[in-house]
Formats: sequence, C-alpha cells, structure tokens
Amino acid sequence: MKSLAMHEPVIFDLSREQRTAAAQHVPALAAGAQIPAPLRRARRPRLPEVSELQAVRHFTRLSQMNFSIDTQLYPLGSCTMKYNPRICNQLAMLPGFLQRHPLAPESAGQGLLGCLHELQEMLKAVTGMRAVSLTPMAGAQGEFAGVAMIRAYHRARGDLARDEIIVPEAAHGTNPATASMCGCKVREIPCDANGDVDLDALRAALGPRTAGIMLTNPSTLGVFERRIEQVRDLVHTAGGLLYYDGANLNAILGKVRPGDMGFDVIHMNLHKTFSTPHGGGGPGSGAVGVAQRLAPFLPIPLVLKQGDAYRWAEERDLPQSIGRLSAFMGNTGVNLRAYVYMRVLGREGMRRVAEFATLNANYLLARLAALGYEPAYRGRRASHEFIITLKRLQREFQITAMDVAKRLLDYGYHAPTTYFPLLVPECLLIEPTETECLQDLDGLVSALEQILREAREEPSLLTEAPHSLPVKRLDDVRAARQLDLRWKPPA
Amino acid sequence: MPYIPHTADDIAGMLRAIGAGSIEELFDEIPAHLKTGALEAVPAALSELEVARLMNQRAAADAGALNFIGAGAYEHYIPAPVWAIATRGEFYSAYTPYQAEASQGTLQLIYEYQSMMAELTAMDVSNASLYDGASALAESCLMAVRANRNVDSLRILVPRTVNPTYLHVVRSIAGNQGLCFDTVDYDRRRGVITLDALAAAAPGATALVIQQPNFFGNLEDVGALTDWAHARGMLVIAVVNPTSLALLEAPGRWGTAGADIVCGEGQPLGCPLSGGGPYFGFMTTRQAHVRQMPGRIVGRTVDASGRPGFTLTLQAREQHIRRGKATSNICTNQGLLVTAASVYLSLMGAAGLERVADACLQANHALTQALCDLPGVRLAFDAPRFHESALLLDRPVAPVLARLAQRGVFGGWDLSAQYPELGHALLVCATETKSAEDLARCAAELRGALETAR
Repeated sequence: MKSLAMHEPVIFDLSREQRTAAAQHVPALAAGAQIPAPLRRARRPRLPEVSELQAVRHFTRLSQMNFSIDTQLYPLGSCTMKYNPRICNQLAMLPGFLQRHPLAPESAGQGLLGCLHELQEMLKAVTGMRAVSLTPMAGAQGEFAGVAMIRAYHRARGDLARDEIIVPEAAHGTNPATASMCGCKVREIPCDANGDVDLDALRAALGPRTAGIMLTNPSTLGVFERRIEQVRDLVHTAGGLLYYDGANLNAILGKVRPGDMGFDVIHMNLHKTFSTPHGGGGPGSGAVGVAQRLAPFLPIPLVLKQGDAYRWAEERDLPQSIGRLSAFMGNTGVNLRAYVYMRVLGREGMRRVAEFATLNANYLLARLAALGYEPAYRGRRASHEFIITLKRLQREFQITAMDVAKRLLDYGYHAPTTYFPLLVPECLLIEPTETECLQDLDGLVSALEQILREAREEPSLLTEAPHSLPVKRLDDVRAARQLDLRWKPPA
Repeated sequence: MPYIPHTADDIAGMLRAIGAGSIEELFDEIPAHLKTGALEAVPAALSELEVARLMNQRAAADAGALNFIGAGAYEHYIPAPVWAIATRGEFYSAYTPYQAEASQGTLQLIYEYQSMMAELTAMDVSNASLYDGASALAESCLMAVRANRNVDSLRILVPRTVNPTYLHVVRSIAGNQGLCFDTVDYDRRRGVITLDALAAAAPGATALVIQQPNFFGNLEDVGALTDWAHARGMLVIAVVNPTSLALLEAPGRWGTAGADIVCGEGQPLGCPLSGGGPYFGFMTTRQAHVRQMPGRIVGRTVDASGRPGFTLTLQAREQHIRRGKATSNICTNQGLLVTAASVYLSLMGAAGLERVADACLQANHALTQALCDLPGVRLAFDAPRFHESALLLDRPVAPVLARLAQRGVFGGWDLSAQYPELGHALLVCATETKSAEDLARCAAELRGALETAR
C-alpha cells in the first residue's frame, strides 16, 4: 500500500451526534450545579463526536501523511534533524517525572532537580560559559533572553544610549525580530564574497549606541567566521557585547567553544544540538549561557546546588534578573530528554557530533559538486551544512530551487531548506547531520543526480512536482486571500 | 559510537571523496589556539541500560505524593491513546511543516486543533499555539496594542486576580517594548474584581485582562466587566482555563460583544504536569484581528489539481519574512502538545469534557467542605468557584504544608507571599483524578498536621 497517497476527512466530518469514546469518560455527577446561571455556558462547543477507534485511526492516518526523521532522511539546513533517540523520550516520561507538579516542594523533587543541575553544568562545559539557565522555552525565547540581558547589563551600568543591535544580513529572521521585541534598533551589515563578516561595514556600524552584535558561527552561510577574534575585539572595544546564536552549535560541539571565541551570551537549541524532538514544530528549549558579567541578569528560575541539596533560584537570589519567561520552569520535559542524550554521548561523544556532522556535510558537498551542483562558497570548508545555488539551472532550464526541493520529495527525501539565507539566489541549504549513514547519503546523491538529468530532459517532472504525495503544490495565494482557518458545519 | 553509523571503511572512503587526510583537517578554518581540549566536566558515556537505571532511580525518588496543588497547572486523567499517538515517530520527529506536501498530517491536525479551540472559546480564529499560558498572555497584550485602533496607549489594566506569575512574565516580555501594566485591586470579601475598583483606575488604557476562573478559583462577573471595558474603548483579553469552558460561558459570548482576544494555558488538555513543561499556550481572536495575531496559522486551500489541502498561511506577519517588523519573534508552535490536545479533545468531545469539568467542580467542593469542617480552616472568599478554593488557616501556611509533604500530601499553594494582605491563605485544587478516599486522606492529614502543631 502506498500510504502517502491518501486523503483523510477532517475529523469533524467523521462525527455523529451523541457518539462518544466512552471508556475514557468519567461518570456524570451534578452537571456543574453550583455555577450561577448567568455564568454558565449557553451553547455546547461543536467538538468532534467520534469513537476511540475512529480517533486513533484518524490521527494514525494523519501521521502517515508526514515526512519525519523516523521515516525519511531530512537534510533541512539550519534545523539539525538528527535521530531523536527513543530512550530519551522513554526516560523523560517516567511517572515520577511526568506526574510532578511544577510547584511541588523541592525536597520531593531532588531527582529531577539533580538532572537539571547536571544538565546546566554540562552545557557550561561544552559552551565555555560561566552560568546557564534552562528556562527559555525555544530558540527564539533564548534569543530574547540574551538580548534582554545585554540591555539590562548596559542599563545597570548607566550606559543608557546603547540601543542598537548589529546583525549580519545572512542572519536568521528571528535575530532582527528579537532585537525589535527587546526595544532595540536593528543595523544589518553585509558579508564579503567569501561569506565572512565585512569588517569595514562592522567598523562603520559600531559606535556609542552599539548594544551588541548577534552572530551565528559557523554562520548561516555554512562557513566558519575565520576572523571571529577581530570581530570580538572590535565589538568589545566599542563597548558592545557579543551574542552567539546557537543554531549551528552542532557544527562545533566539542571542537571550539563560544566562550573561548569571546562571546558574552549564547542560546542553545536543545532541540537541534541535543536531539530533543522537533514534534512537528515544537516544543523546543532555548537554554542560555553567559559570561560572568552577565550572570546576575539570567532569567529565572535556574537550579542551584547547596551542599547536597538542589533548589530553584528565585527573585531573591538574582535580584537583577531579566525575570521569568514562563509560568513555571520552562520546558522541563524537553530538558530531561537533552540530559539523557548528553549522558549517553558522554565526554567523547560531544566531539563526535561535530566531527561526523562535518564529515557528512563535506562528503555530500564534494559529491554534489562533482555532479555539477554549484557551491555558493567555493573553496570554503563546509561546516555541518553547506549551500548550493541553482542560479545556473534557473538560467538554462528555468528550474528553481523550489522545483528541485519538491522533486526530492518524490524520491522520498525531505527537501533541504530553500531560499535561506536570502542573499544567495536559488539556494538549497543542506544539513545531513551525523546520524545519517553512508548508504543513505549516497541515496540522496543519486536522487539529486537523477533530478539534474530530469531538469535537462523532462523539466515538467520538476516544475509540476511533487507527483507522489497526498497533494500537489498548494495554492498559497488562495490560502491567504480566501482565509479558511477552521472547520465550519455545512450550511 | 552512540548514534554514529560510520565504519572505518566509510570514513576512509568519504575522506578520499573530499580529498582530506583526516576528519581533523575539516576543521582547519578554525584558529588552532581556540580549539577545545578534553571536556573534563562532562561525565563519561553511559549505555542505555546504565542511563535507564540512573533515571529510574531518580524518577522513583520523586514519585508517589498525592497532589492538591493547582495554581496554573492541573492534574487530569490522560486517555491512553493521547501519547500513544503523539509519540508516533511521524509526529514526534517531524519539523515545522514548511514543505506542505510532505507535512499534510501535521498541517491538517493543526487546522483541526484551530477549529476545536475556536469552538471552545467561541471565537472566529485560532493560531497554531504559543509556548505556554503566561507567554500567550504577553503576546496577547502586545497584540492588543497593535489591534486597538481606538486607543493609542501602551497601558493595560491587569486585575490582581490574574495569576501573579503571568503578570511577572508579561512584564519581562512586553515591558521592553514600553508596555506598562496597571494593577486593579480585588474585593476582599468576594475575591473578584468589581466595577468600582476598575472605575478607580486611571482612564485611557488599551485593554483589560480578565481571568476566568480567576487565580483564587473564583468566578468573575465577566459579562459586566467586558461591557465596562468596551464602553471605554478598551479591548478585552480573556485568560481562561480550557477545561472550565465546558461549563462556563465562552469568552466569545461574554457581555454584549464578547472578548476580543482569548488566551490561556493548554496544559489541562492532555499534557502531563511534567515538572512545568512542555505545555502550550493557546490564542484565539476575532476575524478582524487575525493579521495582528502572532504565531503560526494553518489554512485550508486547494492544490494544483483542485484537491483540498493545508498550508501555513498569513506568513507575511512572521519573522522569517518580515524580520525586524514581524508581529513576534516566535518561530515555532508547541506542535507535539497540540497533537496531544487534539487527540484529547477528540476523545472527550463536548460531553466528555463537560463530565471532566463537572467532576473537578464536585471534587473541589467536596474537598473544600471537608477541609473547612476542620477547626482553624475557613473559606477566604464568598464567591462561586470552579476547581480551586482559597482557604484561610489560623496559622502560617508554610510549616503546615511542609508537614503534609512529609506525609506524602502536597496540600496546596501558599498564597501568603503573593497576597500578604490575606494572611495565612492557601489555594487548594481537586480534579477528577481525586477519589473520595483521596479527599478524605487530605482532610485527615491536614487535621493531623494542625493538631501536631498545636
């Protein structure tokens, strides 16, 4: 059976009045008798009315309409789609952790708190930072925490004019969006032809209003910023701080540490580097690490160890904290998964992550370049990911990066990231990760070889792709113009 | 090598293809003096067996107490299919559905989730979820400032009956953009906001936040509050408990016109307590404000051959398109938790959710009655309640709770730090998970703790 070629009705269309999944229902008692009439719900919500089997079958069939790491190679650049070990999930879902109320006494949560404290310590070790808070709930919230700490630092020194954040134009969109959310102005600077930061542009942008710079290293262009020490010295001399976007930490884990490069604050995407699941778009976890001078500003809570006991640090421990970012402790269950992952990898495993991610990326780059795919930064080493540009294909055959991406889906590979970074025309950003084996990498190369041939000989195979999925290309313009954002009963 | 599949032959062949002599050579663009030495602070690797032994011990050490704490996170029964579905690899290990054709499962599920949340709150549209309830309120406040075209103000009224931690989070997140928050005091006798207290607040705010049930578990007069705010040009931001909406009037129908933005903590819908997360925040609003809403939104459309399909839409609001001018920096939703919530709501239906809500209400009322029968315990407020009650003890709460914890009972949340004016106040919660025996045990242990101290 070709499970991907199917259609599944919206669950509301499976409903029949008064049908229930009765086994899970609790007995009817008093129908909310104590609620005064004016506060009672007047009309029942139209939620699905289905049997348990209908629900299980419906959602199982929906799951079969997804690509995932467990079913396909997923070389989505900048997202680090590596294997999510099952043991991490299983152990994070042990009843003792799962049933723990976030406000339960610390004395009855030493097992959990111990794991989280050790996770903080391991993250300090691999990043070279002095203190870590696990509380941000995603990468974007980690970025927010980082820039908010930079602002708080300058304010605490009475340095009130520093409200500009410098961002290379290749940066992820969250960087400028974060700077705006923190009330900063964004100054974008270009990169040079080799993918490094343009130092002259940086010098021109720096000044008494510079709060800091946000950098990803290796950058979103898939190359290591070779003059990072010059960048650091320029920014520090101008009174600014350096923010490390941990999107690409997988590329350097155990090889070089952001703290040693001179960064003052970093966020890590535990859902990338430390292999917690992406879950169809979340939850993530965006732990932040800081140099000593920013430690007083860390978001709360974080775990402290006093003697043999662990406890949450609160407002009274960190009176200068940028505050709380979640109702409780951040995505604790995600942090537990990252903890298990790091314990299984251990000291030696950290370095292997970067080594084999980099080996896989450089291998793919070499193979694809040999086939005629054009690297965007020829002569540079790939980091854990690399960019190819399809501008020649577009010129010669009117084939776009999107066409190649969609055709790859037909071959059973998730598409690379397309049209990011924005400054490379018709680009594919490819990140295989360290957990892919040679046969599967070679399979991807063969598919891309076949696609090149199709581009020359039968381009409609690309321009009309995908052909073998539940749907063909979707009408995004119609989706935005004729908004249909929820099921409604037939009129 | 855990999770690394390479054989020695693989490595040699790959290096040959690259033209490199060693893996180390691939890192030759990194200045040599910056390279990391041994990571002494990271322990040596454990096998799966060893790490399972360690984690089982630690989880067991934390397990076993009978919990009566709510205060924003609620223990509910989670039907077996919920996490069996959510942890299927095809949901668990997929990413944000950027490639719509290869993500129809996740996309259709989110569309169904949006439909359920819009129904539950009686609003027009929902986003695909935010991080948690507190951050959803922060995003709602920022959205209200963008959406309210009648009032040009960065001030928002937040009654003290709103979860105080939410207010803290909202200040952390939205304060950097110049928003300020005026608190409004509550009625000491009834534990709810009154129109008199609102009238005393400075005029000209952009929005009023109303939490229902409020942080004390009491039910606010939401219709009158909503109409009061609308008469003054404010938007109404409702913070609601999704379970309670099976019984309580939906925010879309509060007062004459209904709330404008609805948000809250989605955790009660099938997400385990899990020490504080991951949970999800939900947000719904009116059609008129949809372009001001932050976060992912899924729409139904058609494909090139006219068949229905689903895709991320209205992306022009988002950071990857608008960068510094986006509605928010948020980049994901809480997909996995939304998956759990969608399965949960499908299994419950409106009738099942009503029973859960009613069972919570009855359990809390029975618990409150049993506890207030003890000498030195009384209700703090005279108001209708849902599944939490604020109680007053005749002595400091913390030592009593510590004694209960030693006996394996988490007896509630001590309100005295956040509401010192109340004296020795304790917030207790009982849900459908608590049997009559559990409630009796709570009362017996509290009696014992109070007698021991006497």
